[in-house]
Amino acid sequence: MLQVFRKPDKGKMFGKQLMVEFQNLGVDSIGIVAVISTFMGAVVAIQTAYNIDNPFIPMTMVGFTTRQSVILEFAPTVISLILAGKVGSRIASEIGTMRVTEQIDALQIMGVNSANFLVFPKVIAAVIFNPILVIFSMFLGLAGGWLACISFGLVSSADYIIGIQSWFEPYTVFYALIKTIVFAYLIVTISAYQGYSISGGSLDVGNASTKGVVYSSIFIILFNLILTQLLL
Amino acid sequence: MIDAKNISKSFGDQQILRNISFHFEEGKTNLIIGQSGSGKTVLMKCLVGLYDVDEGDIEYDGRSYSKLSFKKKKKIRQEIGMLFQGGALFDYMTVEENIMFPLSMFTRESYEEKLKRVNFCLERVNLEGQNALMPSELSGGMIKRVAIARAISLNPKYLFCDEPNSGLDPQTAGVIDELISEITHDFNMTTIVNTHDMNSVLKIGENIAFINQGELWWTGNKISVLKADNTVLNDFIFATELTKRLK
Ligand SMILES: Nc1ncnc2c1ncn2[C@@H]1O[C@H](COP(=O)(O)OP(=O)(O)OP(=O)(O)O)[C@@H](O)[C@H]1O
Ligand SMILES: [Mg+2]
Repeated sequence: MLQVFRKPDKGKMFGKQLMVEFQNLGVDSIGIVAVISTFMGAVVAIQTAYNIDNPFIPMTMVGFTTRQSVILEFAPTVISLILAGKVGSRIASEIGTMRVTEQIDALQIMGVNSANFLVFPKVIAAVIFNPILVIFSMFLGLAGGWLACISFGLVSSADYIIGIQSWFEPYTVFYALIKTIVFAYLIVTISAYQGYSISGGSLDVGNASTKGVVYSSIFIILFNLILTQLLL
Repeated sequence: MIDAKNISKSFGDQQILRNISFHFEEGKTNLIIGQSGSGKTVLMKCLVGLYDVDEGDIEYDGRSYSKLSFKKKKKIRQEIGMLFQGGALFDYMTVEENIMFPLSMFTRESYEEKLKRVNFCLERVNLEGQNALMPSELSGGMIKRVAIARAISLNPKYLFCDEPNSGLDPQTAGVIDELISEITHDFNMTTIVNTHDMNSVLKIGENIAFINQGELWWTGNKISVLKADNTVLNDFIFATELTKRLK
C-alpha cells in the first residue's frame, strides 16, 4: 500500500498517465452522471410536492427540500455509488488483467514501481475529478427538479427558485465535497487492490471486478455514516 | 554471468525448488529445460527477483542480488530484459509506445533519439514500420518479437526468455530461437531461456540445466544432451515420435 504513494519514478510519465485517467475515470462518466442527476432531482421534487398537502406549508419548501436532499445526499453519495460501479469495476478489471497477463511483472522487471505507476494517477484523477462531477450533478439535480415542477404544474417556477435559494449554507456543499473526496479515494484504492492482488486466471479478473464494486460500495455507505456524524 | 547459489523456494508447504546451483554464462544462450510444472518459471522469477528466494543467493556479475536494497535492485533491474510467456505487452499502448516505454521511464533522451532506438530494435526483430499497431492486432509470433524488441530496448546485459516459442509453429519458433541467439552473441548478453521444446534445445542449447521436480538433475550442452545416460533426461528428450525415430 505504501508503495502507491512514493514519489513517481518519472514526472513526465506520471503526467501523461494522469491525463489518460482523467479521460477514463472522469470525462467518460459525465454522460451517466448527467442522466442520473437530472432524473434524481426530478423525482425528489415530485415526491416532495406530493407530500406537501398542508396549505400552511408554502410551496417554496419543495425547492428547499430538493436542494437539501440533492446537495447533502443524492449528489455525493448516490453519484459515488454509481461511480463505484462504473469506475471501480473498470479499475479492478484493468489492473487484474495486467496482473494475469504478467504486464505487472513486466513493469516490475523494468524496475518500475508498478503499484505507484498504476494506482497513484488513478487516485489523483478521481480525487480531483469526482468533486467536479458531483458539483455538476448538484446543478443538474436542481435543474431536473425545476423541470419536473413546471412541466407537471406542481410548483411555479418562481416558488421553486425562491425555495432553492432560501437558508442556503455553503457548509453543506463543503460537507458534500469532503464526502466525495473520501469516497473517490475508497473506490480507487479498494478496487485497485482487488485487481492487483489477483493470482490466477481470467476468471479471477471477473471476481476481482465484482469484489471491487461490492467492497467499495459497502465502504462508501459505512463512511457516509461516519462522516455525517463527524461533519454535521 | 549470473550465479545461482543453493536456491530453494516453497509456496506454502509445497517445495517447488530444491537447492539449485547453476552458473549462467556470459555471451551464451543458457537453457533451463524440464517438464511442464517442473519449476522453470518459478526459477526464472526467482532469478529476476519477482519472487524472493527462501534460501540461497543470486549473483549478477559478482553482485549479490537477493540481499540488495530496493533502490539498488532497481539499478540491476534496468540491466535486465525479460520476455514473458505470453508477451506481456501493455495492451493500451502501440508497438512503438511499448518499446519506447523503458526508454521514457529511465532515460532523458529526446523523442527523436528514442524513436531511433525503437526503430533499430524493430528492425532487429524484422518488424520495421509496424510502429502504429496495437498488441491486439498482432499475431502470436509478432507479439513475441515485439516483446523481444521491448526487452532489448535498454540494451540489457541480461536477457530472460520464458518459453519464447510456446504456441508458435515450428518455423516461426525457429526464427525466434535464431533471433535470441543472434542478439545474445551480437551484444554479448547473458541470456537465459526456459523451454521444453527439443528443437530449441538442439539448436541454441549452449549451456543447459535440466530441472526435474524442482531439482537440478543434469547439466550439459546441445551435444552432450543426446548422449546422456540419465533415464529421466532421456525420457524427456526422446518423448516425441520424431526424436524416438531419430534415436
Ligand atoms: N505463485 C504460485 N503459488 C503457488 N504455487 C505456484 C506458483 N507458481 C507456480 N506454482 C507451482 O510451482 C510448480 C512449478 O510451476 P512453474 O510455473 O515453474 O512450471 P514450469 O516448469 O514453468 O511449467 P510450464 O512449462 O508449464 O510453464 C507448479 O506445481 C505450480 O503449481
Ligand atoms: Mg513456465
